[in-house]
Amino acid sequence: MGEMINTINVDYTYSHEENQKVELVLNNVNLKVDKGEFITILGHNGSGKSTLAKHFNALLLPAGGTVFIKHMDTSDENYRWDIRQTVGMVFQNPDNQIVATIVEEDVAFGPENLGILPSEIRERVDYALKVVGMYEYRKHAPHLLSGGQKQRIAIAGVIAMKPECIVLDEPTAMLDPIGRREVLDTIKKLNKEEGITVILITHYMDEAVESDRIVVMEKGNIVMDGSPKEVFSKVEKLKEVGLDVPQVTELAYELRAAGVNVRQDILTVDECVDELARLINNAEL
Amino acid sequence: MIKDITLGQYFPGESVIHRLDPRIKIILTLLYITALFMIKNFTGYIIFAAFTFEMIYISTVPVKYVFKGLKPLVFIIIFTAFINIFMTGGRPLFSIGPLLATYEGLNMAILMTLRLLFLIIGTSLLTFTTSPISLTDGIEKLLNPFRRIGVPAHELAMMMTIALRFIPTLLEETDKIMKAQMARGADFESGNLLKRAKGLVPLLVPLFISAFRRADDLAIAMESRCYRGGDQRTRMKQLKLHNRDYIAIGLVIGLMIILFLVRGLKY
Amino acid sequence: MSIRIENLNHIYMPGSPFEKQALKDVNLEIKRGEFVGLIGHTGSGKSTLVQHLNGLLKPTSGKVYINDIDITDKKTNLKEVRNKVGLVFQYPEHQLFEETVYKDIAFGPTNMNLTEEEVEERVYEALKTVGLNKNVLEKSPFELSGGQKRRVAIAGVLAMKPDILVLDEPTAGLDPIGRDEILFQIKALHTKLDMTVILVSHSMEDIARMVDRIIVMHKGSVAMNDKPGAVFKKDRQLEEMGLSVPQITHVVNKLRSKGIHIRDDIFTVHQAKKELLKLLSRQ
Repeated sequence: MGEMINTINVDYTYSHEENQKVELVLNNVNLKVDKGEFITILGHNGSGKSTLAKHFNALLLPAGGTVFIKHMDTSDENYRWDIRQTVGMVFQNPDNQIVATIVEEDVAFGPENLGILPSEIRERVDYALKVVGMYEYRKHAPHLLSGGQKQRIAIAGVIAMKPECIVLDEPTAMLDPIGRREVLDTIKKLNKEEGITVILITHYMDEAVESDRIVVMEKGNIVMDGSPKEVFSKVEKLKEVGLDVPQVTELAYELRAAGVNVRQDILTVDECVDELARLINNAEL
Repeated sequence: MIKDITLGQYFPGESVIHRLDPRIKIILTLLYITALFMIKNFTGYIIFAAFTFEMIYISTVPVKYVFKGLKPLVFIIIFTAFINIFMTGGRPLFSIGPLLATYEGLNMAILMTLRLLFLIIGTSLLTFTTSPISLTDGIEKLLNPFRRIGVPAHELAMMMTIALRFIPTLLEETDKIMKAQMARGADFESGNLLKRAKGLVPLLVPLFISAFRRADDLAIAMESRCYRGGDQRTRMKQLKLHNRDYIAIGLVIGLMIILFLVRGLKY
Repeated sequence: MSIRIENLNHIYMPGSPFEKQALKDVNLEIKRGEFVGLIGHTGSGKSTLVQHLNGLLKPTSGKVYINDIDITDKKTNLKEVRNKVGLVFQYPEHQLFEETVYKDIAFGPTNMNLTEEEVEERVYEALKTVGLNKNVLEKSPFELSGGQKRRVAIAGVLAMKPDILVLDEPTAGLDPIGRDEILFQIKALHTKLDMTVILVSHSMEDIARMVDRIIVMHKGSVAMNDKPGAVFKKDRQLEEMGLSVPQITHVVNKLRSKGIHIRDDIFTVHQAKKELLKLLSRQ
C-alpha cells in the first residue's frame, strides 16, 4: 500500500469581510490516507470537512502545514494539474458541476482539458459511462435526468480522467433514497473493482457504515479515527459532536444502558437481528 | 409562454440538412443572406422562394412549425411594410389623412416584406436543423483562425455552451421561486408598470443570487476537472467534411449565380 | 380547516410530446388538526399534489376543497386561500430576498394588507416560534448560517398565520442537529398552535416519529393511506416503490420472521427498546 494523501499540521483560516474576524476552519489536521482505502469523513455543517476536502486537489491551499498528494506538495504550482488529475472531485449539487448539454460531451470535458487524442477520449468516455451504468443515456440532455443519474454523470466525468483517488463532497445530500443508493453503489464499485481510493464526505451514518474507515471532524479538528465498529461503539461521543448513529446501534446502546448484556459493535440490521434473537432465545431457555 | 416561441428552436431530425457540417451550414446561411440581398425583382424572389421551400421540404421540418416561428416578428414585418408604403416617394396610390401611399412604396413594401420573411426563414432553418451544441462547435471552429487577431473563439463557445446548459435549470428555478413568492401573497400579474416592476424584486434577487452561486460552484467544478482555457485542449468530436457538404456548397453558389443572372430583368 | 380532494387529475403539457400524467384520480381527506406525512420518491406526484392545495397549480380535472370552499372554482379568491394554506417549498432559504430578516418575514403579512403594528407583532411571534433571537432581525438574511436561513424562510410563511401548513422536505440538506431542531419546532407548531400540518418527505425516519397518518404517493396515485404502524408493516411494497423503511422496522420484521413474537407496529428506537425490554424480562 502506498501513500495517497498525507496532511501534516494543516491550518486553514477564513477571514470575514464585515468584521475582520479571522476564523480557524482547520486546526492542525493530520491525516494519512493509503492507496485503495475507502474512508468517510463525518462531521456536522461547519466542522471543516468540506474545507479539508478542497485541500486534497489544490482547490484550497493550507495557511499552515503541508498537504502531500502522492508525495507532491499541493502548494507547489508545478504539480497543480498532476494533482487535479490524480484526485478527482465530485460536489454536492449535481446541477452545478455539469458543463455540457449532452451527457457524453460532459464526460469528455475533463479528458479534453488534458489534451488527450480524440480517439482515446472516446474510449475513456464510453468506459466511464459504462462503469457508472449510464452508457444508454450518453446522448441525453443532463437536465432531464434524475438527481442520482446526474450525480453518476458527474462521477463518470471524473473517472474519464483516470484519477487514482476520488473525493466526494456530500454527493448524496440533495438526492432521494433511490438516488442515494445508486450513487453509493457506484462509489463502492469504484473502490472495490477499480481500486480507486475513495474519500466520502457525508453526514449520513448509513453511508459511513459501508466504508473501511471513519474520520470524525469537529471544529476543524479530527476527533475520532477508526473502523466503523470502533467509531460507532462510542455513541455518546458521536452525539456530543452532533452526529447520529444508525438506529440499530442506538438501540443496542439503549438496551445496554437499561442493563441488557448486548454486543456493543452492532452496525447493520442483520447483526442486530442475530444478536436480539440470541438474547431472546437465551432468555426463553 | 416561453415554450411557445419556436423561433430558433432545434427540431430534431435525420435529414441531409440536419447532417450537414455545422461550419458549412453557418457559411451557407451567410451566403443565402447575401443572395437574398442581391435580389432586385420578382423573378429573383420566385426562384429564391422555390429554393427555400425545397430546403424546408428536404429538412423534414413541418412548414407549419416554420411559420409559427414567424409569429413573434409579425409586428416588425407589418411595421416595415407600413413605413415603406407611406415613406417612399412616387406616384400616389391612396392617402390616409396626411399619409400618402405610392405605387413605388407598395412595390418596395412587398420586396422588403419578402426580404425580411426569407431572412427569418433562412436563419431559423439553420437553428431548426442544428443542435445548439453543434452550432457552438461550428462557431468555435469558424472563429478559430481569427484567434491570432484577438477573437476569443474558445471563450465565446464555452460561454454559449454554459448558457445553453443552464437556461433550462434557471427557467425551472424561476418557476419555483415565483410559486414560492406567490404562496406568500406576491402578485406578479396586476397593477401598473411601476408596481409590477417592483413586484419582480422578490423574484429577481433570489434568481441572481442562485445564478451567482451556481456560477461559483461551476467554476470550482471546472477547475477541479483541469480546465485551464482553450490552449492544449482537444475535442472528442472532430468535424469532418463529407460529399454532402461539398454538394450543398455547390447548390448555394449555383443559386447565387442564377440570381445574379436574373438581376437585369425588369420584373 | 379541512382539506378534501376529489378525483384530482393533473396532466403536464397536455397534447405535447412531453405530456405526463402527474396525478391520477387522487381522493383524499385531511381533517382539521391532523399531522400528516406525505411520502413518495421523486416524480411520485407529491410536489404536484401540494401545489394544488393553494391553487398554484390548476387541476386538469377534479376538485380541491379547503374548508368546503372549492378553490378550483374561478371565482374563489386565491390570495385568501394562500393566506390560509401556508406552503414552505424545498430549500426555502433560496427564496429570501429582502435586505433584512425583518423585512423578509414581513413580506407575507404585508401582502395581506395588515397594519404596521399587526405586521410587527406577527414577525416577532413567528421569529419566536422558529426559535431565533431578536438580534437577527436587522441582519441581512444572507449573513446567517444555512439552518438559520431556513428558519427565517419558514417564519416568513408562519407570519401569515396559516391554518394549514405544508412543508416540502423541510430538512433536506441539513445536518442531524439542524434537522432535529426544525422537526422539533414543526411538532410544536402542531401541538401548541393546533395547526394542520402536512409534512412532505422521503425520509421515513423523520416521518415515523412525528405524524398521525402517512399518505404514500406512487406514480401519481395514492398507494397507501394509514397510520404509520400499518404503513411500515408493508416494508416490501414500500421498497418496491423506492422508499426506504426505518432500520428498526426491518429489525422487527426480521425478528418476526424468525418466529419471535414482537409487535409489528414498531418503528422508532424508543418503541423498540420498550418492547424488547418487556420481552427480555418476561421470561
